[in-house]
Amino acid sequence: MFTYYLQLGLRSLRRNPILTALMVIGIGLGIAASMTTLTVMHLMGSDPIPWKSDKLHYVQLDNWSADDGYYDNGRPPDQVTYRDAVALMEAAKADKQAAMFKLSLPIQPENKELKPFRALGRVTYADFFGMFEPSFKYGGPWSRDQDVGHERVVVLGKEMNEKLFGGQDSSGRTVRMDDIDYTIVGVLDDWKLRSRYYDLTNGAFADPDEFFMPFSTAIDLKQRSSGNNSCWKSPGDGWDAYLDSDCVWIQMWVQLDSPTRLAEYKSFLDNYVTEQKKLGRFPRPLNNRLLDVNQWMEDQEVVSRDVQVQTGLAFAFLVVCLVNTVGLLLAKFTRKSGEIGLRRALGASRRDVFSQFLIESGVVGLSGGLLGLALTGLGLLAVRALYSEYKTVAHLDWTMTAVTIALAIVSAVLAGLYPTWRACRVQPAAQLKI
Amino acid sequence: MLKMTHLQMVYRTHLIETHALRDFSIHVREGEFVAVTGPSGSGKTTFLNIAGLLEEFTGGEYWLDGVDVRGLDDNARSKLRNEKIGFIFQSFNLIPDLNLFDNVDVPLRYRGFSAADRKKRIEESLTRVGLSSRMKHYPAELSGGQQQRVAIARALAGSPRLLMADEPTGNLDSLMARGVMELLEEVNRQGTTIVMVTHDPELAARAQRNVHVIDGQVTDFDGEPALRAVQPGFGTGDSGFDKAGVVA
Repeated sequence: MFTYYLQLGLRSLRRNPILTALMVIGIGLGIAASMTTLTVMHLMGSDPIPWKSDKLHYVQLDNWSADDGYYDNGRPPDQVTYRDAVALMEAAKADKQAAMFKLSLPIQPENKELKPFRALGRVTYADFFGMFEPSFKYGGPWSRDQDVGHERVVVLGKEMNEKLFGGQDSSGRTVRMDDIDYTIVGVLDDWKLRSRYYDLTNGAFADPDEFFMPFSTAIDLKQRSSGNNSCWKSPGDGWDAYLDSDCVWIQMWVQLDSPTRLAEYKSFLDNYVTEQKKLGRFPRPLNNRLLDVNQWMEDQEVVSRDVQVQTGLAFAFLVVCLVNTVGLLLAKFTRKSGEIGLRRALGASRRDVFSQFLIESGVVGLSGGLLGLALTGLGLLAVRALYSEYKTVAHLDWTMTAVTIALAIVSAVLAGLYPTWRACRVQPAAQLKI
Repeated sequence: MLKMTHLQMVYRTHLIETHALRDFSIHVREGEFVAVTGPSGSGKTTFLNIAGLLEEFTGGEYWLDGVDVRGLDDNARSKLRNEKIGFIFQSFNLIPDLNLFDNVDVPLRYRGFSAADRKKRIEESLTRVGLSSRMKHYPAELSGGQQQRVAIARALAGSPRLLMADEPTGNLDSLMARGVMELLEEVNRQGTTIVMVTHDPELAARAQRNVHVIDGQVTDFDGEPALRAVQPGFGTGDSGFDKAGVVA
């Protein structure tokens, strides 16, 4: 009977094209508004590295002032000091570990036809590549030995390699940055990150890093971070004083492959801070945190309140559209009371009538869903055009496509429940002249 | 085939009770062609609604083809209606956006016949009423008489034991009416029981037996199958929602 009801539904929609169009457009608009915002919110907050997000942990140590916490709610600072980062790296207690900071450098292309330009990159350790798993197009990451050796090596992002070397294999060649030549050891392939989750302190939806260089090398060259830097007391004068200060400017990630390793590392951090307290540092109570990727994204409100409110409003709009659809379906089904009475007389049970009209509502929903899908595509196109920071998340994936269609059908069926219930209560005797 | 004993039908609101049928008894035997007559408001429509399982009654007994219909739920009533009864309406009641084939198909769908069986039955029914060549036509493309023939084909397609007709020729001119009546008589001759409501004495005269209803009661019926002329001037042709015996 399902195909029969489906045929009847389609026929019924064709019979009243204007009414049908009104319902389909109503649902389509509601679905498009809600799915556009929901898609952005979904992709913003989705797990960027699901196969190991529970193993990667962001390290937070509370070295802030005894008088005043970094945050009012007692959360520790978002970054760590140079001293602590280096101490944790040297202790090497995690399965993998990578301290990092953002760096902006002038690039001086070998090709004289290209003008020098500034590029944003990342200063980090060799483990970064094993932890966050970008894929390489050419070459590979530098080694831990090269970290230790303070070697002047660099990994280029795909775009930078395109710009400087026309996309050719540049591994083994050199690139001049801030008057220093670095040997290219590897070139990344496309690294499509929905959010740059490994450095949320500098904007979750910032452009991808264009180069990566060893931490020890950058420190040797006294390269200061181009990212956020917070101090609760004066760092003093000079580079060494800055490195020795309690200013926080480094992000610290560790990979812990099991809950046991996580517990051990937490214990290690507590011991480390307790030892530092003996040296007069860390005046606040013990307040270390190890958040996994998703916890860290939630903590940093990657999905902003604004986006959540917009999504809520869009769903409210969908509800308004559905209320409108309820009215239109009610009018449509009321007009069909005669046919309902006839079908009942010819043997249709209430359940038959209910199924028929619910499927007709579903057909309206499916049509509205397809229209909504097209409008959602346009909506996301507009989001990408208007908000460049959302360009990585304003895309419809298969999951959201399926959700869009399903939401449209479920919405229309819900909207159709009351009119359908009314339809199946029609008394045949009252509708037929028998 | 159809037996009602002391049937009561009372419509109640918080203010009044309306006795549409009171102590209504009738027995229609298998193969009979019975005409039901009566003035407007006499209760004949209520009788047909109840007999056709389109409405429940408030008292008495009703047996349809050996089945006691009291207390049957909606599914059981729908199934019984679909299997046992074919309906013919004064205004044909064809679904305008379905072609003839699909109109006749409606009761068969609810019966659960296979596609092949449905097709065979539809073709046979439409052939029987002389419209096999117009299966893909829509009701609006047919004359009134042809539309009523389609309605008869729809009523017959499921091979019901009982055909209930409400003023089947009420919307037809005399020529078409005669054709429809001849068709009904032929159907009856082939064994289908027919109960027909009419206000037309000539039509009633063609039935084997007449039942006259006044004030919700059978006032006069001949027990034996026989032709009997109905007194002229009974009804107005309006067999709408009848109410009788209003009690404050």
